[in-house]
Amino acid sequence: MSPRPPNRHRLAHWIPVLVVIGLTLLPWITDKFYVQFVAKMMIMGIFAMSLDLLLGHAGLVSFGHAAFYGIGAYALALMTPAYQAANFWLSLAAAIGLSGLAALIIGFFVVRTHGIYFIMVTLAFAQMLFFVFHDTRIAGGTDGIFIDIRPDASLSGWVPFDLENFVHVYFVALACFALVYVLLRVLLRSPFGHVISGIRVNEPRMRSLGYRTFGYKLVCFSIGGAIAGIAGYLSALQFGVVNPEFLGWHLSAAVMMMVILGGMGTVAGPILGASVWMVLELGLQDLPTVAGVDLGKHWQLWMGSFIVLASLWLPNGLLGLLSTWRAAFGARTSQTGGQVLRPDGSTVPADYPGASTGASIASVTPLASVEARQAGNE
Amino acid sequence: MNQPRGNDHAALTASRPGAGHPALATESLTRHFGGLTAVNQVSIQCHSGQIHAVIGPNGAGKSTLINLLSGELVPSSGKVLLDGEDVTAQDPAQRSQRGLGRSYQKTNIFAPLSVFENCRLAAQSRAGSSMRFFRPATSNREINQRALAALVATGLEAASECIVATLSHGAQRQVEIAMTLATAPKVLLLDEPLAGMGAEESAQVVALLNRLRGNHAILLIEHDMDAVFALADRLTVMVNGNVLESGAPDAIRASPAVQAAYLGVDEITHG
Ligand SMILES: Nc1ncnc2c1ncn2[C@@H]1O[C@H](COP(=O)(O)OP(=O)(O)OP(=O)(O)O)[C@@H](O)[C@H]1O
Ligand SMILES: [Mg+2]
Repeated sequence: MSPRPPNRHRLAHWIPVLVVIGLTLLPWITDKFYVQFVAKMMIMGIFAMSLDLLLGHAGLVSFGHAAFYGIGAYALALMTPAYQAANFWLSLAAAIGLSGLAALIIGFFVVRTHGIYFIMVTLAFAQMLFFVFHDTRIAGGTDGIFIDIRPDASLSGWVPFDLENFVHVYFVALACFALVYVLLRVLLRSPFGHVISGIRVNEPRMRSLGYRTFGYKLVCFSIGGAIAGIAGYLSALQFGVVNPEFLGWHLSAAVMMMVILGGMGTVAGPILGASVWMVLELGLQDLPTVAGVDLGKHWQLWMGSFIVLASLWLPNGLLGLLSTWRAAFGARTSQTGGQVLRPDGSTVPADYPGASTGASIASVTPLASVEARQAGNE
Repeated sequence: MNQPRGNDHAALTASRPGAGHPALATESLTRHFGGLTAVNQVSIQCHSGQIHAVIGPNGAGKSTLINLLSGELVPSSGKVLLDGEDVTAQDPAQRSQRGLGRSYQKTNIFAPLSVFENCRLAAQSRAGSSMRFFRPATSNREINQRALAALVATGLEAASECIVATLSHGAQRQVEIAMTLATAPKVLLLDEPLAGMGAEESAQVVALLNRLRGNHAILLIEHDMDAVFALADRLTVMVNGNVLESGAPDAIRASPAVQAAYLGVDEITHG
């Protein structure tokens, strides 16, 4: 059972499967532009999911998350020799390892801080890295580095895919996207996942229950960093260029808005947020010129307005809106009108005070639900 | 009415060697807040199988004492001993792992989570490291049973799937106790467990504490004098950070100093 109230609809189980099937068919039904666009969407989806692990699940408001994305991207750029291809597997492993390691080191310092200080210190660390890449020549300075030759994925002679081919890049992104999604789902259900949720809700209480929270937060921060590194790596792979903007606070802010827009503390929300964000970005830049004003040129103004309205009206993000609609159409929800839904489908009053006054309610399978859950998880 | 059966909370109790040391003891524990001495030279002991009640007027330093014992506050001077071992330098998590469990005066639980998950998280803390990433948390039968035992002991099992935030104040107070029990503590520090409970819930908790006393050392802070005199094997009265008197309940009841400082005569005779 997830730490959140059970909120499942049978159809909802199939949505990820349908999405993956749709994404798999995409290269056959559309052209290069949209294939690359959707690949980028999935990459940002990975990035947003990695931030949401910190932001929505562990309650760590990291405002420097692009640092790890950037490290993943630079790992590929720096491992690609001039006029030669890097080894795909090695460079991907290095990108994950280095961004995870950077998150471990930075996390060691930032995870001790709380609230506004955490936000500030994560931003400060990311800006430090930004200026290392921006002001020195170690990685091309402000111009960045071009990756002229895509990594080579051959495994002792056998070539599973060719990364010079945009469709193959698309499928690598899809595989990573699906893998990260499944990984996070599993992680959040695990003992570790429940502990980080507990830390988000009430860290002092977790400590008095016997959890040394520092270690859990640090590991969580590192996992988030490593996954962001995958996203950065894929982005560098797809476009063949890396520059300091990959580590900049603009990107940190953008990914945070994607997460909030989609719905924090969910796995699908950040994906939705990243997708809607990118579609809007694309659509708004294409706006026509009306009465001499080039609306498309000022797309950031419209995007900003949209974000403001979304934050005012959608406190739980787009995913929250979807579940509200689903509730309105009579699907199973966990809390409605002061009633609390139990797994057997019955409801009890929300202010139900325990067994002392509720013999009749107590007869509605008090233990069966727990036993069923145990049996179901054997 | 779901009266817990005797063997239901056997799972909550860790066996304890009779080492001869008090389960919990303090030596001249002192804590200053600026110029205020909230706890002054307090030396108390708590033995397994006993309920040691600490009473005193508002601001006497009772909660501060518990915070010093649990490690949430660092003492200005003095020592905290668990089973004879100095734990003054240990943090709350370490002390919890050594068998210290506490509840809070101001309800301190996981409001957005279910009653069951509150207790399950508490029980999970006893199952070794939680750096486990793959199997579902709720698939551990032993942890589930431990959590369930705590719910049964507090009479909450029917509300198991309720979100804690939606419960009444009294039921939330019960969750507070259930969580503490789910960590299988040897020493229980209870800060006004009955505050905010109805009469029936209070009676349930008093009955529970009577059952738990057999194999726990319990430090009980409580303003409800009927409950205190019904439960306590030993009583300590604190006033302004100082221990005014400590002894058997009857001796405390008879003490003129205590009567003058704290207890209303009415309360004593009705106790
Ligand atoms: N963190 C703190 N900083 C400053 N002063 C504090 C702090 N905590 C407690 N105090 C003060 O220490 C004194 C003792 O407080 P404490 O909460 O221990 O009393 P108490 O005996 O639990 O009272 P009550 O019965 O009202 O719960 C009070 O004067 C209180 O204002
Ligand atoms: Mg108090």
